[in-house]
Amino acid sequence: MTETLDLSHYARPMADGTLGMELAVEGIACGACIGRIEHAVKSVPGVTEARLNFTNRRLHVAWSPGLTKPAAILRALEDGGYHGHPFVPMRAEQQEAAEARRLTRCLAVAGFAAMNIMLLSVSVWSGNVTDITPETRDFFHWASALIALPAAAYAGRPFFASAWRALRSRSLNMDVPISLGVILALGMSLVETVNHAEHAYFDSAIMLLFFLLVGRALDHAVRRKTRAVAGNLAALKAENAHRLDGGEIVSVPSAALRTGDRVLVKPGERVPADGIVLGGRSELDESLITGETARRAVMSGSAVYAGSMNYSGALTLNVTAAGGAALIDEIEKLLEKAASAKSRAMRLADRASRIYAPVVHLTAALTFAGWVIAGAGIHDAVITAIAVLIITCPCALALAIPAVQVVASGALFRANVILNAGDAIERLAEVDTIVFDKTGTLTLPEPRVVDAAALDPQLLQMAARLALSSRHPLAVALSREAIARVPFDGAVEEPGQGVRTLIDGIEARLGSPQFCDVMAPDAVHASTICFRHGGRFAVIPITQKLRADAIDVVNALRARMLDLHILSGDHADAVAPVARVLGIAHWRGGLKPADKIGYIETLRGSGRRVLMVGDGLNDAPSLAAAHVSLSPISAADLTQAHADAVFLGEKLAPVLDAIDAARRARTLMTQNLWLAAIYNAIAVPVAIAGAVTPLIAAAAMSGSSLLVTLNALRAGRAPGGQK
Amino acid sequence: MNVLVYLVPTALGLGLAGLFAFLWALKSGQYSDVDGAALRVLSDDDVEN
Repeated sequence: MTETLDLSHYARPMADGTLGMELAVEGIACGACIGRIEHAVKSVPGVTEARLNFTNRRLHVAWSPGLTKPAAILRALEDGGYHGHPFVPMRAEQQEAAEARRLTRCLAVAGFAAMNIMLLSVSVWSGNVTDITPETRDFFHWASALIALPAAAYAGRPFFASAWRALRSRSLNMDVPISLGVILALGMSLVETVNHAEHAYFDSAIMLLFFLLVGRALDHAVRRKTRAVAGNLAALKAENAHRLDGGEIVSVPSAALRTGDRVLVKPGERVPADGIVLGGRSELDESLITGETARRAVMSGSAVYAGSMNYSGALTLNVTAAGGAALIDEIEKLLEKAASAKSRAMRLADRASRIYAPVVHLTAALTFAGWVIAGAGIHDAVITAIAVLIITCPCALALAIPAVQVVASGALFRANVILNAGDAIERLAEVDTIVFDKTGTLTLPEPRVVDAAALDPQLLQMAARLALSSRHPLAVALSREAIARVPFDGAVEEPGQGVRTLIDGIEARLGSPQFCDVMAPDAVHASTICFRHGGRFAVIPITQKLRADAIDVVNALRARMLDLHILSGDHADAVAPVARVLGIAHWRGGLKPADKIGYIETLRGSGRRVLMVGDGLNDAPSLAAAHVSLSPISAADLTQAHADAVFLGEKLAPVLDAIDAARRARTLMTQNLWLAAIYNAIAVPVAIAGAVTPLIAAAAMSGSSLLVTLNALRAGRAPGGQK
Repeated sequence: MNVLVYLVPTALGLGLAGLFAFLWALKSGQYSDVDGAALRVLSDDDVEN
């Protein structure tokens, strides 16, 4: 039976009547790939457009319907040595792209206005100490007003809107003093211009907006970049399901499955959706869901969960609505509770602004009152109070944290850690306790041969090459040991038993002990696969091995005075050896999701800041309950969505690197906040004394912003001392 | 000082021209793939041979 590939789920109608599709492309190595990929795709008849975005590794393709099919485009990419993974762009991502463009437009307008006003202002400043005529000065001030007022009305909208929202909900945020400062400064400058005064503050107001917008744009850039990478990873992970349409098997993306669809799951594949088994018998590995490594037998009528690995036989499923399963329901309920608890954690920037906004307003009000009491006129008192508002406006404060975040997230990215949440860096830095899941986190997600060196190398190589012919997960694990990655000719798979072929004229069998006629001892914590070649045979134990650098990383973490725990859903007998090898004294096995949360809540109750590292669906609620969380990229989708950061690769080192980088970033953030505070401590008394001229305000603002940005660049050194 | 009457508007006009050029570039997506643009300039497959 041939199988057709149906990718219509991803096709979107374009404005000119063609169909369009977005692909995340894997395998792009250098600039030459751009031309190669676009050329390969464009040479498919019917393709009207192919444009690769090298920055986010995405390809946009458009084609005339009827002339070609998306599957042909994918094949053209495969022929060129690249893998294309179609995906539907997330709405959140599109909204953020629009928001980023809006911020950039505001930034451009503010930058243009700031430059031109500064041109005029410098003339006025130098004229004021030489021989400028009052008429020329007025002309320059009016010209400045002409630029500043429309520019502020346009570029200030993000701040005004946010301040208005805050005021309407009767709260204060950082944008309230900013908006007030800008509006008052512009208004006062206009009044001063009308009165032919010597000083106007148009330049200060616009420059303030410009620096603040730089901070906003940086903050936004971090979030957009992480989201784009996360979107690509999701596309890379998306798997196809075999849907049964009448008698025909159609390969469709798992996301396109609907309730009531009938799906075929072959051995060695993951179950694409929650469902009820209609036919077939098999064993499922549900370690991604429960953490348990022992396999569960399923037959007609059993409920199965998305993400389980199908071991021995083909299954036909009836897809049920997601969330209908008792396990998922329980997890979602726990998740809701845990997530609401998490929102209590406050961002550093928010904490700073909560103290900051009232202090600024109070200082300005006191300055006004003080000058009035001291006998100054209302006009002078107002001007001084506004000068205080302008000078305290948090240019440096607004840049202090986003600038560090941009640089630090870049460093983390190079260390294979991708952030999901912008404030994860701050929370990672505060961690004093780490809770690990075992299966798939401390151990590799895929099983491996236990002790390859103890086996006869010649037999092992034959077995591994023969294993290339089977999709059974144990065979796949064994095939990783193969040096020559060429399958034997004429290998025949006996479903549920094993594969056999002739090697050097002698029959070779790989599979269950019965199939190979071998007496295998019962292994408790490992699965076994047997191999027989004539009279010689081998029993090969296969289990989930520890990540290669797990011991080193755990020791390094301990050296950083972190308290380590293991919480596993797997049987206690399977957890004990791992805990012993790693030297972790606090461990529990056989835990339900609620038990894990309970354990974490207890730790939190005693004042600990907990980092949870886990991958299973059963870990998702504990990830949400912990202070901060990490997931390997192999984690279940729901789990990954609740992790604050995701790490790639087969090593555990990213966990250590993430903590180191976050701690350094946190130090720099604190330093920056102090720099901003010191700047205010010097500038505010000067402003209160009424001695701030526009020149001093401009110099102070740009000076402090520059200092803070330069300090932030120090967060860019890659973790672990590389580079 | 009469020179200012046309110098200041000229300066403003030049600035505005720059601003609109940037906004146009932004709108037409020239900043959506900054890394790619740097590399595309080196490839010459758009030249028919």
